[in-house]
Amino acid sequence: MVLHTPAAPDLVENIIPIAEENLSRKDYASDVDTRWCPGCGDYSILAQMQRSLSNINVAPEKMVFVSGIGCSSRFPYYMNTYGIHSIHGRAPTIASGLKLSRPDLQVFVITGDGDALSIGGNHLLHVLRRNVDVKIFLFNNRIYGLTKGQYSPTSELGKVTKSSPIGTTERPLNPLSVALASEATFVARSFDTDPQHLQTTIEQAARHHGAAFVEILQNCNIFNDRAFADYTDREVRDERLLYLKHGQPMLFGEDQNKGLAVSATGLRVVDAHGPDVGLILTHDATRPAPDVHQLLARCQYPEMPVPMGVIRQVTAPTYGDYLDSQIEVAKFKNRQDVAQLLKGRSTWQVE
Amino acid sequence: MTTTSPQANGSGGGSAPIQERDRVTVRFAGDSGDGMQLAGNRFADATAVFGNDFSTLPDFPAEIRAPAGSLAGVSSFQISFSKHQIFTPGDEPDTLVAMNPAALKSHLSALTKGGLLVINEDAFTSGNLKKANYPSNPLADGSLEEYRVIKAPITTAAIAAVDDLGLTTQNAERTKNFFALGLVYWLYDRDLQPTLDWIEDRFGRLPNIAEANRRALHAGHAYGETTEIADAHVRVPPAVLTPGEYRTITGNQALVLGLITASHLTDLELFYGSYPITPASDVLVELAALREFGVRTFQAEDEISAIGTAIGAAYGGGLGVTGTSGPGIALKSEALNLAVMTELPLLVLDVQRSGPSTGMPTKTEQTDLLQVMFGRNGESPLCVLAAKSPGDCFYMVLEAVRLAFQFVTPVVLLSDTYLANTAEPWPVPDVNQLNKIDVPYRKLEHIDPEDFQPYARDPETLARTFVPPGIKGLEHRIGGLEKSDISGDVAYSPENHQRMTDLRGEKIRRIANFIPELEVDGPESGDMLVLSWGSTYGAVFTAVNDAREAGHEIAHAHLQYLNPFPRNLGDVVSRYNKVLIPEANTGQLRMLIRANFLVDAQGYNEVTGQPLSARLLTEAIIKLASE
Ligand SMILES: Cc1ncc(C[n+]2csc(CCOP(=O)(O)OP(=O)(O)O)c2C)c(N)n1
Ligand code: SF4
Ligand SMILES: [Mg+2]
Repeated sequence: MVLHTPAAPDLVENIIPIAEENLSRKDYASDVDTRWCPGCGDYSILAQMQRSLSNINVAPEKMVFVSGIGCSSRFPYYMNTYGIHSIHGRAPTIASGLKLSRPDLQVFVITGDGDALSIGGNHLLHVLRRNVDVKIFLFNNRIYGLTKGQYSPTSELGKVTKSSPIGTTERPLNPLSVALASEATFVARSFDTDPQHLQTTIEQAARHHGAAFVEILQNCNIFNDRAFADYTDREVRDERLLYLKHGQPMLFGEDQNKGLAVSATGLRVVDAHGPDVGLILTHDATRPAPDVHQLLARCQYPEMPVPMGVIRQVTAPTYGDYLDSQIEVAKFKNRQDVAQLLKGRSTWQVE
Repeated sequence: MTTTSPQANGSGGGSAPIQERDRVTVRFAGDSGDGMQLAGNRFADATAVFGNDFSTLPDFPAEIRAPAGSLAGVSSFQISFSKHQIFTPGDEPDTLVAMNPAALKSHLSALTKGGLLVINEDAFTSGNLKKANYPSNPLADGSLEEYRVIKAPITTAAIAAVDDLGLTTQNAERTKNFFALGLVYWLYDRDLQPTLDWIEDRFGRLPNIAEANRRALHAGHAYGETTEIADAHVRVPPAVLTPGEYRTITGNQALVLGLITASHLTDLELFYGSYPITPASDVLVELAALREFGVRTFQAEDEISAIGTAIGAAYGGGLGVTGTSGPGIALKSEALNLAVMTELPLLVLDVQRSGPSTGMPTKTEQTDLLQVMFGRNGESPLCVLAAKSPGDCFYMVLEAVRLAFQFVTPVVLLSDTYLANTAEPWPVPDVNQLNKIDVPYRKLEHIDPEDFQPYARDPETLARTFVPPGIKGLEHRIGGLEKSDISGDVAYSPENHQRMTDLRGEKIRRIANFIPELEVDGPESGDMLVLSWGSTYGAVFTAVNDAREAGHEIAHAHLQYLNPFPRNLGDVVSRYNKVLIPEANTGQLRMLIRANFLVDAQGYNEVTGQPLSARLLTEAIIKLASE
């Protein structure tokens, strides 16, 4: 496989409605008391979301958070924007209808691993495939938090949980692989305990024109504590995470001493100071083919470093772009008023 | 096309005297591939232009391509036309056109004794007879003696008529429905011109096919003229209808027109989220072709997404609508409840079909009433309306949208397969005479944020203060968790839940103050009331009138509002000794009437997948009236 250095990304920026006055993080926080367990990763995600929105200075009245059901889905209550806490798994549908009929709004979806990949799995595929201009943040804690600790579709095979006392008997889904297979135009990953990275990732998603999918690794300290600690703990991050940057070589490790190269079966780790340095891949998020992106998505600890950041970002017309242009063309071509429509093809007169 | 006076042109030849009749019912039956729906629809158009009142009943198999000639593949189209106003497509046809043995087998039992049978004798081959399970040929074994039979070589004569056009055998044979139609036009003195115009419109770009269809139509007509079929040349004089401009309309078309008109009258863009399902798919399909009205159709990945997107559009302040049939309602229940809890203006169309489960997808039934009333968890009141005729679907959409916005509530509008597909003449409304539909949230744009409470209610309607996203200072959150009265914050207190449950119920009950009272046709009180709802209106109206003609004094009232009921309903049902409720279900409205008003209502119930039979219902009414 020959990979070329990516051209400068040629991306359409999402048009975000900006507030007139300068807003700080607390302007985006509602006065509702948070109800998550102390120590839950959701707190950090909430804080970074508020900071990101204030960095962009989004107009709060134009922001809508749509969520399903789960601990994560409580999120909209804590944001001082518009919001709807809906039903389990269905947030992408409500978000789609809202965004398509109100293109002026910024619509963010907050969902969990069970919400998005179990009960709502079908909707996730389709909202991404359709490229509806909504931003989806999946809080992956690899467990059902709200229902108190049953395994989820991202729980690892054999995991002991309340509903699998001697271990699960099913293999997990990889959220990023699902998103890529669903033709998502923006796919990224971040995690709760790296505030800076999470903020940047949220902002990148917000600015993407089209459906954005962000997996956020989130610690549930009550039912699945330290699920990601092996690679997200501060002391091991450099060694075990791969922070992706578009146009930059895929380097990681202390002093960036390792890199990723293509192998016969996928990707492999090579020594950045060794003879294979020339084979180290440069990250091209805009590459149309999702091949390398899929290989990255499938990198798992401990064999491989775990990728963080924007894996894929390509430009494509959104569902709303297509729909709006059909309406515009039809209005121009088939001038017809309601009175004419009511008459139909033919009428007759009774006297 | 406009016609002001009926003409009998095309009926010049033939020496058989033409007879006058008040009303005639014709059924076309053939293989799914024989073009019977097309023939029937053309006949309906010609009948409309002629000036009769009419009603049609298409009936087709659920299978798209059942084996040719098989019983499963029979498709039919019935039309009744009259010099009087009529309200049903007729029970038993006077004339049956049978294009093959399977069609004859399936439909002969419906034909009135002594009725006219028009048979395509070419199709009565041993192979086709076998597929229809005929041990012997009914054309030869005397089994059709009770009927007047016209055996016509429809296939061969049609092929001969188009002989020199160089069509493939298959295309030549396809014109046989036009030959049959031409023959029936002669029998009933219909003008060919509307059909010739239609052929030009439809096949103008395929001149050969257009010419073939024209020729077949003329050839069928000439066949009637020259064969001098005795006693069969019949004329039904035009009906005296209210003056005005008319068009033909089916229930599904009326839903579509109603939605576009509602969008116009609310000045809101229409969002229609739907997943294809018989018999509601037409609504999605027809709306998708109307983008010029700003219509956003969304073919969802499933029924849940269909309603979810409609809720999203409604939450955004638009005209959010979803449409489906019974199985889809079952899947939408949880989301519908979200709209109940969040109190959003949402319209749900339920074009009912025969159940349970997949049931009989192309057949009609009124079996979703209790499902839409109660098929959700918790105490979940919402508004339910039902259309009574194809044209009424239009007005009930406007009514449903009016109530959805005025009361900030989901509204379910019930139609069914029969209304969806039945066509009737419809006086075209003047859109400028229709009332604008008020969208209350528009008045809230300038509300002081200090005064804004999303669950504060209008004192009269109890509608909550619905504000869609976008207004600065009014940012707030809603959701499916129980709401605190007034503030809308999440609340778990026992008193609050009781209060909110009561408020949600009372809000729906108060709709009764904003809808018309129930009107009674006939005596204001007395021995017997027939109470109906939905698509049975025509059959019940007809049956009640027939029973009156037989000397019985009977009152009739028809419900278009099922939740809440009109405020005088309890009073009405208590004024009669007997109450009979005819329904195409096992007694769903009857259960509600008994439970609400403690009256011993009787039922007349058919669950056959077919519209109620006016004749059988007349008998039932007379029987109960005579008790
Ligand atoms: C129809 C329906 N089924 C089941 C539930 C119960 N339920 C609520 S949240 C949840 C799982 C949530 O898991 P996840 O999406 O991972 O969110 P988390 O709580 O972990 O953030 C379930 C099964 C429900 N609310 N609705
Ligand atoms: S149960 Fe887990 S995910 Fe839910 S709030 Fe508590 S720590 Fe967070
Ligand atoms: Mg979870």
